[in-house]
Amino acid sequence: MELAQGRVPVIEGWFTVEPPALLGRRCPACGTYMFPPTGQWCPNPRCGCDDLETVPLSRNGTVWSYTDAQYQPPAPYLPRTDPYEPFAIAAVELEKERMIILGQVADGYGVGDLSVGTRVELVVEPLESDGEAAKLVWRWRPLGEEVDQ
Amino acid sequence: MTGGSGTGQVAVIGAGMHPWGKWGKPFVAYAVAAAKAALGDAGVDWSDVDFIAGGETVRNGYGGYVAGSTIARSLGWNGARVATCYAACASGSAAVEAARTRILAGLSNVALVIGADTTPKGFLAPNAGDRWDDPDWLRFRLIGATNPAYFGLYARRRIDLYGASPADFAAVKVKNSKHGLHNPFARYRKEVAAEDVMASPVVADPLRLLDICATSDGAAAVVLASAEFANRLGVRDSVRIRAVSTVTPTFPNTIVDLPDIATDSAASVAPPAIGYRESIAAAAYEESGIGPEDLSLAEVYDLSTALELDWYEDIGLCARGEGEKLLHEGVTSIGGRVPVNPSGGLACFGEAVPAQAIAQVCEVTWQLRGQAGDRQVANAKVGLTINQGLFGHGSCVILSR
Repeated sequence: MELAQGRVPVIEGWFTVEPPALLGRRCPACGTYMFPPTGQWCPNPRCGCDDLETVPLSRNGTVWSYTDAQYQPPAPYLPRTDPYEPFAIAAVELEKERMIILGQVADGYGVGDLSVGTRVELVVEPLESDGEAAKLVWRWRPLGEEVDQ
Repeated sequence: MTGGSGTGQVAVIGAGMHPWGKWGKPFVAYAVAAAKAALGDAGVDWSDVDFIAGGETVRNGYGGYVAGSTIARSLGWNGARVATCYAACASGSAAVEAARTRILAGLSNVALVIGADTTPKGFLAPNAGDRWDDPDWLRFRLIGATNPAYFGLYARRRIDLYGASPADFAAVKVKNSKHGLHNPFARYRKEVAAEDVMASPVVADPLRLLDICATSDGAAAVVLASAEFANRLGVRDSVRIRAVSTVTPTFPNTIVDLPDIATDSAASVAPPAIGYRESIAAAAYEESGIGPEDLSLAEVYDLSTALELDWYEDIGLCARGEGEKLLHEGVTSIGGRVPVNPSGGLACFGEAVPAQAIAQVCEVTWQLRGQAGDRQVANAKVGLTINQGLFGHGSCVILSR
């Protein structure tokens, strides 16, 4: 994919490109984190704070589980190639935020590179292109290390 | 555990279905067939029904037609109170709960609970259009995460944590295909070998095509009544509803679930002692005073073969990680201690979303009455149904005779 035309997040405000980091919401009253960063109220039912702050989330985590998409997902997913090429998906646990976030696995990696407990880092890579700019999405890149769960 | 006051007072006096399949008819045609079968089974005239609760039809993950009144109109307006319940895959249980609570409150005597739908072929997908604020749309657009992808995450975790294998998952399909062989309402009535499952194409690692349930058209209905009404009708040894659980999750919900991209954070509040799926059954056990050791059978939501094994653990049939052992020992086969999915399950039916939870209640009703024919569980006394609807909808019904 030609990247010289520009690199913009596929959805504004959900992550930063430099450095690659998901943006979450954090409740200053009780410390609860949220992703995606669209929440307006703390989801902790005993808190109820509505003055949330936007914060970058941990860029590293461990694989909670993983799978792949051997069949082409239906719209609104836009396949990047014709014929379709399968891709992997990982559910990754962030230690500090204690939450699991799904994402595609970085280009060049598949389910064979993953197991429960594999350490990964967040990267941003092209998801789709409208001809003007590469639309970026967050992905999880395996680091080739295991941690015990 | 103590049973809640007032439970056990609602009887299931009729059950009926339209066969599952791809029939190409409007959903209301299936509904009317199932309703007439259930009313006929109960010996109740539609004109005597004073409440109708319909599981709302589903267009992909979203609510579709207002089913309760559409079905009531097709049966002929009779002045009954009406409700339409949307709870995704748990819609049928939500409709059961609406009818049960109305009867328990003394506001209704006899209710028709019904779910019917048509389902498109292939992956369920979000509604059309650019829906950047819709989590169900976003999980497809940003991640390509189909429903089987979520089933795959749980299946792969069983493999890595407990040493499960694709052959274990295939064995669930083999069992359920045998159970469903003689079920006249099942879409697939064909014995499946483990090799068939393992030779089918991978959809979402490690799950293959025959590990994942199909989509179907179908309908199911039950007639519920107060104990007094059942007595007046002369129903003896009626099947009773002992509990209905429609619980939502408790914060922080740490379960990866449709359609969300992320779980709650447990950074500020420790996760609950039991996870969400376990809490669905636990609430029904607590309400009924019945425990997993009392079950004669269970109908669980086998969206995937691997998910059935998760349910064994979530409803307390065995400890975490021991589902495969239970399966291979034959405990969950007909003839075993607690057969699971004697109907054949979704493996034989496929999904017809608002009908499925009601179909589970139909099967348990027939089993408790001893009317299940070649798939009968011997001396069945207590049965549990469970599923889970996306967007946080619990669904569990416990019935006894």
